[in-house]
Amino acid sequence: MRWALLFLAAFALQPALADSDLPPAYWANRQLPNAQQEAQAQALMNELRCLVCQGQSIADSDAELAGDMRDLVRRRIAAGEKPNAIRGWLVQRYGTWISYKPTAEPAARPLWLAPLALLLIGAWLLRHRIKLKAKT
Amino acid sequence: MSRASRIIPLLLLLVIVVGMAWRLVKPADTAVPSQLVNRPVPAFVLDAALPSKPSLSSKDLATGEPRLLNIFASWCVPCVGEVAVLGELKRKGVKIDAIAVRDRPEAIAAFLARNGDPYERIGSDPQSNVQISLGSSGVPETFVVDGKGVIRHQYIGPLTAANIPGVIEQMKVLR
Repeated sequence: MRWALLFLAAFALQPALADSDLPPAYWANRQLPNAQQEAQAQALMNELRCLVCQGQSIADSDAELAGDMRDLVRRRIAAGEKPNAIRGWLVQRYGTWISYKPTAEPAARPLWLAPLALLLIGAWLLRHRIKLKAKT
Repeated sequence: MSRASRIIPLLLLLVIVVGMAWRLVKPADTAVPSQLVNRPVPAFVLDAALPSKPSLSSKDLATGEPRLLNIFASWCVPCVGEVAVLGELKRKGVKIDAIAVRDRPEAIAAFLARNGDPYERIGSDPQSNVQISLGSSGVPETFVVDGKGVIRHQYIGPLTAANIPGVIEQMKVLR
């Protein structure tokens, strides 16, 4: 029992090593009073990638930097900035990496063509099958 | 189905397994480089992180000679090792300014008293705003800034003793 408690306590200690002891930024975990602006902020935060927990959006991540980025997004939206302008400002700094929204740049073209290619392959396979059935 | 096409799924599986094994042995690089390299430092003004040290603004980084801009925090473990390397660079004549991310004056003072203080100016960035505007994704990171205030290089992660000759060389080239 004592060992189990010690083991659990070790988990409680972990975050202290990687984080500051400052409180989260004001708008990190607080909704904007204007529902329409909050919806805009939420939509954008879901499409921005967290720099710390790569693979999570800043809306999902508990990392402090993600909290500071949510604060930045909400403050700018509240100040009347358009979501795409905020995204562009971040892309200028971190590259297209920061945004989950696929772009039309050449590197992303296979992504756009993949569904079409898969549909064609599927149709071809199906045609083959139907023919075989018709023969028997 | 012909005999040859029967092994296609097996081949696909093999490709997937080999791909996964390769990524396990050689993990992808997770560093996110700043896009501001070879661009001017974005304008900012920060409060002094310590009462005893001058504050930092983007103007202080365009002084006619190259400087290092170190992004650090007293709560960052790798920064403890890095600050000794920065001290060595300072002894070799490199000018170093810093941005303390999400930090308190007492904590920074204790950190510098314990590990040495290589900094001329330290700005306090309590909500990572300037860190984000620099395209920096964590602590520690170090930017090489030339005399005109243009970012010339970014080191992601702590500088080590092995980086010292390279940094000195960069400073010479930019002078």
